[in-house]
Amino acid sequence: MVDVTHGAIGSVPPAEVPEMDLYHPHSWWTKYVFSQDAKVIAIQYSGTAIAIGMVALVLSWLMRLQLGFPGTFDFITPEAYYQFITMHGMIMVVYLLTALFLGGFGNYLIPLMVGARDMVFPYANMLSYWIYLLAVLVLVASFFAPGGPTGAGWTLYPPQAIMTGTPGGQQSGIILMLVSLILFVIGFTMGGLNYVVTVLQARTRGMTLMRLPLTVWGIFTATVMALLAFPALLVACVMMLFDRLLGTSFFMPAVVEMGEQLRTNGGSPILFQHLFWFFGHPEVYIVALPAFGIVSDLIATHARKNIFGYRMMVWAIVGIGALSFIVWAHHMYVSGMDPYFGFFFATTTLIIAVPTAIKVYNWILTLWRGDIHLTIPMLFALAFIVTFVNGGLTGLFLGNVVVDVPLSDTMFVVAHFHMVMGVAPITVIFGAIYHWYPKITGRMLNEALGQFHFWVTFLGAYLIFFPMHYVGLMGVPRRYSELGDMALMTDSAHDLNAFISIMAFIVGFAQLVFLFNLVWSIRHGKEAGPNPWRATTLEWQTEHTPPRHGNFGKELPIVYRWAYDYSVPGAKEDYIAQNDPGEYGAPGAHA
Amino acid sequence: MAIALVLVLVVAGSILFHLLSPWWWTPIASNWAYIDHTIIITFWITGAVFAAVVLFMAYCVFRFRHRDGQRADYDPENRRLETWLTVVTGIGVAAMLVPGLFVWSQFVNVPDDATEVEVIGQQWQWSYRLPGADGKLGLSDTRNVSAENPLGVDANDPNGQDDVVVEAADLHLPVGKPVKMLLRSIDVLHDFYVPEFRAKMDMIPGSVTYFWFTPTRTGTFQVLCAELCGQGHAYMRGGVTVDTEEDYVAWLGEQQTFAQLTTPEQTSSAD
Amino acid sequence: MTVIVVALMVVFGIAGWWLSQQRLMSKPWLESGSVAAYPGTESGPMPMAKVGLGILLAVVGCLFALFTSAYSMRMEYADWSSMPVPPLLWVNTGILMLSSVALQCALVAARNGHRDLVRLALATGGLTAIAFLAGQLVVWRELEATGYFLTANPANSFFYLITGMHGLHIVGGLVGLGRTTARAWDRATPRDRLTLSVELSAMYWHFLLIVWLALVVVLAGWAESFIGICRQLLT
Repeated sequence: MVDVTHGAIGSVPPAEVPEMDLYHPHSWWTKYVFSQDAKVIAIQYSGTAIAIGMVALVLSWLMRLQLGFPGTFDFITPEAYYQFITMHGMIMVVYLLTALFLGGFGNYLIPLMVGARDMVFPYANMLSYWIYLLAVLVLVASFFAPGGPTGAGWTLYPPQAIMTGTPGGQQSGIILMLVSLILFVIGFTMGGLNYVVTVLQARTRGMTLMRLPLTVWGIFTATVMALLAFPALLVACVMMLFDRLLGTSFFMPAVVEMGEQLRTNGGSPILFQHLFWFFGHPEVYIVALPAFGIVSDLIATHARKNIFGYRMMVWAIVGIGALSFIVWAHHMYVSGMDPYFGFFFATTTLIIAVPTAIKVYNWILTLWRGDIHLTIPMLFALAFIVTFVNGGLTGLFLGNVVVDVPLSDTMFVVAHFHMVMGVAPITVIFGAIYHWYPKITGRMLNEALGQFHFWVTFLGAYLIFFPMHYVGLMGVPRRYSELGDMALMTDSAHDLNAFISIMAFIVGFAQLVFLFNLVWSIRHGKEAGPNPWRATTLEWQTEHTPPRHGNFGKELPIVYRWAYDYSVPGAKEDYIAQNDPGEYGAPGAHA
Repeated sequence: MAIALVLVLVVAGSILFHLLSPWWWTPIASNWAYIDHTIIITFWITGAVFAAVVLFMAYCVFRFRHRDGQRADYDPENRRLETWLTVVTGIGVAAMLVPGLFVWSQFVNVPDDATEVEVIGQQWQWSYRLPGADGKLGLSDTRNVSAENPLGVDANDPNGQDDVVVEAADLHLPVGKPVKMLLRSIDVLHDFYVPEFRAKMDMIPGSVTYFWFTPTRTGTFQVLCAELCGQGHAYMRGGVTVDTEEDYVAWLGEQQTFAQLTTPEQTSSAD
Repeated sequence: MTVIVVALMVVFGIAGWWLSQQRLMSKPWLESGSVAAYPGTESGPMPMAKVGLGILLAVVGCLFALFTSAYSMRMEYADWSSMPVPPLLWVNTGILMLSSVALQCALVAARNGHRDLVRLALATGGLTAIAFLAGQLVVWRELEATGYFLTANPANSFFYLITGMHGLHIVGGLVGLGRTTARAWDRATPRDRLTLSVELSAMYWHFLLIVWLALVVVLAGWAESFIGICRQLLT
């Protein structure tokens, strides 16, 4: 126990809070469709992301049909199978997780949590969403294009991504994919600038960086990383588009295709991999850091205890963000790059495990001597820790260069990254939705349906991906449309695959229940009141629930304390809101 | 409450699954047993951490679950505990990294007495080239590839004339002798992958990559492609047979050289 | 990838310097109450648009650093042959410099409240920038006429790609400059608003000039010889 001596300094009277230029909507269209209100944009982003995510879910079912019951479903040809895995991967990583965490949660929570009226550039913010939607539509269009979507794998490695032997390679599939990604990056940059500048310049009075909730720290750092990493994807996409459309040879060496010499010459396929992973690795943390931040707040709120080691948590977020830019080549240990790079990248990769481990310790130490309410957000937070620790630890296998050699490109890798950047962040998304839904709609999500959703999702996902590691350990390669006659596949391994597929269907079904709950509770959920979880952060202290345009009534709140004053000794309640001057401050400063 | 029990069951179940799993790696057939050992070390360390973290969590959830009148501690940080945990984590990470890097330096440094064997990947089959009597592989270039010269060997390089060409058939290797696999592709990325050898490496059109190993037991092993190479990826299979020395010499004698393949008339008259 | 890693180090350096001012070592749970005792820890006084543009420029800088990285990685291959730099490119470089100077004049004039001078300088800046773009197109046509086609050689492809990307950013800048110019002509625009607008345009213009100079250094092969000299000095 640390002795707490609260505030020697009295508070200042509320100063004039400059009214931001808010664009006030004049019609239904500008209020709900072409809205410049970050909260509406957040819901548009989330809705679109979840809708396209459902497509990815169905694609994963189709893949598992083929892997679990090889040869049973004739319509899943190898071409179709590769199209499914490619679109599933790309949608999940970019169009769902990135868009939902940054575009969805970022838009909703940043202005509310830092005490701003809105994002600082609302018009660019609106454009950001519409460009994202356009990117999604272009992506969807590729399903209907002649030849179908690209089947190059989500990594889009050239030369195969733009050659005949790959579905969509010489048709429009790959072109639409690249155009869609370029649009996504442009749209994201507009949104990202908003999130960063809002955190930097639009914090309310008293909101210092060290008083920010970790959610904001996580989203802020992830956005900075995304702004710096996405240009690499843009460069790679533009160069590949040149190769595909104009016949340049950035990534295309001299190549013989089906017995014929192509005219390409002198390009470097490995250059693409460097550019791709320079984006791709930070991307993992772009998804992970918001999850880290959000889960910290979920745990603190529902365990009624301050987050343990707040400073360490902040430093770890910033440190992980910076370090993640010098580990990219650990995806390329067996890519044929200079093998001596392996020493450097294995070392940096394993170093990054240390701040990550500290975060895990701090989460579980926050539980220690807490007052743990086993609400659904808390359950999902616990599930996050289990799956993240599991997936993080298998990362130590793959990051350690020599261990990666036998395991790379096997199902072990698939199991690893699904656990650590699929299941883990998605459990946080669920936890976050159960947590903030009452603020967004004014009603609670149905508890019984939530319990069902949690148990099936947590246990089912664990049962899918934990055994999958062992399939990979056997040596079964990933991205195989047909496992049938492989020498190392035993009968029991086929049975295990069938089991995994069945679990995938069950878990997928539970998500439909969740969607039903989301829709049903808008009208029929229990009334929530302004602060159902008795949380400290500013978004729960708004005048209206759901908050109106401008977020906080006439006056912006003034912040007097950090975001984690739970169970303060001597305080009447077990939480003190951030804008509560409290018994320690000067009286009458702010109501 | 149920969650505490389930967390314990998750740990117990995972450990039992690991111990009882019939799904385990193929029996090794190369000198890279070190890699297997490093994986085993990593399993022990990570398994212990996983069990410790999740069991601690389960205990916390059980012990500190909400009951009426309960209040949480106010406990912002504890520098000693955090420093201590950081140091222990650092040691654990180093214990995995150091042996790994040690083995990696063996992996990248090819012994001098390794014989070179070239593997050529193309959509979707494997071919091989072995140095002939002169012990040297001739130059090659994708630009030379044609129907008569599927591997793109440089016809003007005298070193290449006696190279043994094995097109779309099994490769044979002598047991107990280190080999350096030179990996080349004439179209897209491939990855020469024999699970029993543990080693693998991508092949990149336009450059030559490598790895080395020593086969340690005889037998026939399936070759798989481990880098997505188009719609036939899953069907890109081949075979490697590790022979005793005599069997290997006998097999080698049956193979044709580059010169024999390109000018069949001359060779038959020379015979 | 050295170029981009160095560029990132610069960005991280600036971010780190800023973070070091933000009392990240403080213990927030001991400091409830007003923050008046810790000046500089609240949201800064800089205009939001300026901060936003600064960050956008960091992103654009990364983009060009990545192109340069790709270029230099490809340059290490044995078959590399650089492209000759057409003399017209130097003329274009001069025009772009003029454009930057014009915008700097506009900024000084705006600060002093000489609105007529601002209009003149902005118009000069815009027209010289358009002249630069036209000059770049002429360079492209000249190169193509002498056989340096886009697909003939990786160096050519990079030349067209990188100059084209830079041109696109100038076009984007012209849109912003157009809005600033419109404001300068609109008598209703308050003086500080116009000054800020001119300042943003000038910032963007100077940045693109610096990027262009760096690109010319790389495309002309000077960077290559510079690194060679450094290596010699080190060994």
